[in-house]
Amino acid sequence: MMIDPLSVFLLLLGASTPILFAALGELVVERAGVLNLGVEGMMITGALAGFGAAYSTGNPFLGFLVAACAGAAISMLFAALTQVFLANQVASGLALTLFGLGLAAMLGKPFEGVRAPAMPAGPLRINWIVWLGLVMVPLVWWFLNRTRSGLILRAVGENHEAAHALGYNIRLTRLAAIAFGGAMAGVGGAFISIATVLQWTEGMTAGAGWIALAIVVFSNWTAPGVLAGAWLFGGVTVLQLRLQAAGVAVPVQLLSMAPYLATIIVLVAISARQKFSRRAGTGAPGSLGTNFHALR
Amino acid sequence: MQRRTLLATASAMMMALAAPALAQDEPLKVGFIYVGPVGDGGWTYQHDQGRLAIEAEFGDRVETTFIESVPEGADAERALTQLALAGNQLIFATSFGFMDPVINVAQRFPDVKFEHATGYKTAENVATYDARFYEGRAVIGTIAGHMTESNKIGYIGSFPIPEVIQGINSSFIHARKVNPDVEMRIVWVYSWFDPAKEAEAANALLAEGVDVIMQHTDSTAPLAQAQAAGAIGFGQASDMAAFAPTPRVSSIIDDWSPYYIKRVQAMLDGTWESGSSWAGIGEGEVVIGEISEAVPEEVRAEALALRDAIGAGEYHPFTGPLNKADGTVWLAEGETASDADLQSMNFYVEGITAQIPQ
Repeated sequence: MMIDPLSVFLLLLGASTPILFAALGELVVERAGVLNLGVEGMMITGALAGFGAAYSTGNPFLGFLVAACAGAAISMLFAALTQVFLANQVASGLALTLFGLGLAAMLGKPFEGVRAPAMPAGPLRINWIVWLGLVMVPLVWWFLNRTRSGLILRAVGENHEAAHALGYNIRLTRLAAIAFGGAMAGVGGAFISIATVLQWTEGMTAGAGWIALAIVVFSNWTAPGVLAGAWLFGGVTVLQLRLQAAGVAVPVQLLSMAPYLATIIVLVAISARQKFSRRAGTGAPGSLGTNFHALR
Repeated sequence: MQRRTLLATASAMMMALAAPALAQDEPLKVGFIYVGPVGDGGWTYQHDQGRLAIEAEFGDRVETTFIESVPEGADAERALTQLALAGNQLIFATSFGFMDPVINVAQRFPDVKFEHATGYKTAENVATYDARFYEGRAVIGTIAGHMTESNKIGYIGSFPIPEVIQGINSSFIHARKVNPDVEMRIVWVYSWFDPAKEAEAANALLAEGVDVIMQHTDSTAPLAQAQAAGAIGFGQASDMAAFAPTPRVSSIIDDWSPYYIKRVQAMLDGTWESGSSWAGIGEGEVVIGEISEAVPEEVRAEALALRDAIGAGEYHPFTGPLNKADGTVWLAEGETASDADLQSMNFYVEGITAQIPQ
């Protein structure tokens, strides 16, 4: 039985949007040299705040705006811990995830069982937020590679000592990057609650934040790579469901394995390229995950 | 030796304090482990309603605790041990995947009674309980068969285990009974609760031309997607009334309260015994939610009549003649399926073209 590739592509766009937003945000954070493992916590915060706002006001777009603010706000907890108090980034990130999940579960009680207002479809009957996600990919690429601020951000991520010596404000740059990452994760989470599920349920992001983190590695820290990764992860999920729906017998386990297998292959390819070429290092920012303390 | 005196006095006082406390009726401690969050609005929510019903019924005579979102597997063993060590005398484990952990922990705590939902392994101190969801499926399958216009019904399955396969077969048999052209499309998501994935599964089915969606997963995501596409669906485990009157046209509600109250009463009376309970519509454990006005009157009447016939024990949803998908005879004319047959069901009935994943 044949299935229509266009229908798979349309499904893929929706399925990959939450992880695309979260991964683009985390990409910018990591390019600034910060490893924030709190993506899941920020997503669930955005999912709840966005749902709450959309439900209370009846305006889904306002919901996304509130979700972005909420994601950015909760990311400031992580920023305070790691940039001001110089706490360990891995531990602080994990704490942010646990805190976000718990806080959202508690604050979400009044929103259980009610539903969000329906979203108007955007151009080509594709959700506006899906379009926004697609527009963000070239924007993030352009910012990182073609603007002065992007260059500074990358310098801070590659070598914070050198950037500091040149007079750039490491802490401020990283605070801005973390806030952006939080806002993007918030929008990604809100897409699940406002556009996909239309209800608030505890733990509804179900691990999407961790996939976003994996995609940043898969992308080798580039914006087009993030899009490819999000489409690969989203695409394989959608394809196997679509094949099942069409009644095609597919070994589900094999397809579920595919994105992870692809990640391993990409990583092997990257390290092989390093070994055999003179270009040193992966795309990983040099100062990733290390705290900066100005000695002078 | 002041300190020794002090200790002696203290321990004497402790004894004095403890003795009357022991003499009084200590509340019966009842523990629960849940596979999802209480706020899932589906399966776990209904179990927690059962827990609250125990508290309402017995008041001070019981003390309940629960641990939510326990992953199936090794973590469950830790959670069960924790509950047993905390002095719970009766522990309910409310998901199929808790089966082996329950058996393992029960061996280590022979004085604690365990109740495992939807499993098939029992022991001296482990009872199992389940609800005949397939009875409810027969009723909503009838509605689905009438309501579909594309003659394609979608079914979102969690895991290919007997409980879920019974539901698929029962729905299909009764949909086809009222609409011989019905086809069923089945998608497995390998999760009980994953809203995003359930939504994607629903979308995949809708893209295939399905206009009625049934689900054996616990979130409302499939209903939300059905709504956007103008299709209909059913509440699962809980009423999901936020989506009435469409897309949610009816629902299957699990009501565990009668069973939970009965078992706690048995503990208090000292008459608890291991066993396997499998109750359905008749006992009030499976409830058909309100059928919304989106369903035509005659279809509603037919569905309710079927519900009542099943509840009264006049009709069994698996009544022959029925063949298996491979064409072999399963039940002869008038024969009904045995419980043992149902509990190990690993085949589709004739007419379903899909394969059960191995």
